[in-house]
Amino acid sequence: MSLIPTPSQTVGPYFSLGLDALNKTELCAPEAPGALTLSGQLLDGAGAPVADAVLEIWQAARSGRYAHPEDRRELPLEKDWKGFGRVPTDREGRFSFTTVKPGAVPGPAAQMQAPHIVVLVGMRGLLRHLMTRIYFPDEPANERDPILAMVPLARRPTLVAQPAGPKALRWNINLQGPDETVFFSY
Amino acid sequence: MPEIAGYRRAWFGGQPDYLYPPYTSTTLRAPGQPLVLLPHTLSEVTGPLFGVEDVGAADNDLTVQHQAAPLGERIIVSGRVLDANGRVVPRALVEIWQCNAAGRYAHKVDNHDAPLDPNFTGCGRMLTDAEGHYRFVTIKPGAYPWRNHYNAWRPGHIHFSIFGQGIVTRLVTQMYFPGDPLLAYDPIFNSTADDKARQRLVAQFDWENTQPEWALAYRFDIILRGREATPMER
Repeated sequence: MSLIPTPSQTVGPYFSLGLDALNKTELCAPEAPGALTLSGQLLDGAGAPVADAVLEIWQAARSGRYAHPEDRRELPLEKDWKGFGRVPTDREGRFSFTTVKPGAVPGPAAQMQAPHIVVLVGMRGLLRHLMTRIYFPDEPANERDPILAMVPLARRPTLVAQPAGPKALRWNINLQGPDETVFFSY
Repeated sequence: MPEIAGYRRAWFGGQPDYLYPPYTSTTLRAPGQPLVLLPHTLSEVTGPLFGVEDVGAADNDLTVQHQAAPLGERIIVSGRVLDANGRVVPRALVEIWQCNAAGRYAHKVDNHDAPLDPNFTGCGRMLTDAEGHYRFVTIKPGAYPWRNHYNAWRPGHIHFSIFGQGIVTRLVTQMYFPGDPLLAYDPIFNSTADDKARQRLVAQFDWENTQPEWALAYRFDIILRGREATPMER
């Protein structure tokens, strides 16, 4: 059987009515070992802040294990770890969430992927959500990451967060322009 | 770790493009650079799982969240969440939001000159059951104007957000009502080029679930992406 999938439609400007109840900006407690804050700003093609967007975060735990039955590797998972966040932007288009750096996870053709966070971005004006990734600075495995290797060299830095003080990283999203963030066809 | 079976990609016209000029907000928000084709790895085929702790028992009845019943036409909206292979998606989180019967959202940025209803917030959520069924009780949302083009009105719709098994099957969509004359004029609805795919967005009148003396029913099945055969199954 093959059924036609339901098309995507925009979340529109009023999604907070339906989605806010499950907002989650702390994937781990701020005092948890390895906790860090990842923050940034979301800008549109005119360089204006996008105040009505929602980010969804999906990532592995510190061990590299996903809290999902399809990850059958015997790696430790912190109690209560889910790996999901839902983070709306504020009036200045800013977002911030607290999490840990995930471990490496398997990739295509038995290659390991460097630690990364999957990010979905939804907003009015996006008929389908965008998908991108956050990688970590000073991470040697980035050089061998099979997904980063598919991205034109000049654009790779848009996927790598930058240090922004102790236990803090900064990563911006540019929807268009010379520093346009790399988005994936998923 | 064995090779992972990915999910089938959308075919041309089966999903909207990012840049769709008739919907003017896409022009500054659609990516300008080509997307990078992402293979489906463990990071994509896994995704968040939700449980009973995430939904209240009455969260699927939008008509009992306040002191009195909301104004408007009470309706039942139900259906199943399936994947394109016809497999049911159990325990899928379904979240909905909508405007009230007068076409006004209980949201601070909605300034449409239509009354708010103190008895209607317009949000609900539930998990599908073991057979993929969901069911909401709500009121029929009104049409409302927007500034996309001259005399632009959105057809009545309910926003749906669904989490299936993997993050790559995540779907946010809108449900429309059959026979709505505004559908022909709505760029968001018409952004999907393929007619059969677009008709997935239109609920069907559901006489069998319509309850005498109480509420009309609509059926809206939601089809998530289907998985490729695993290497073992090929």
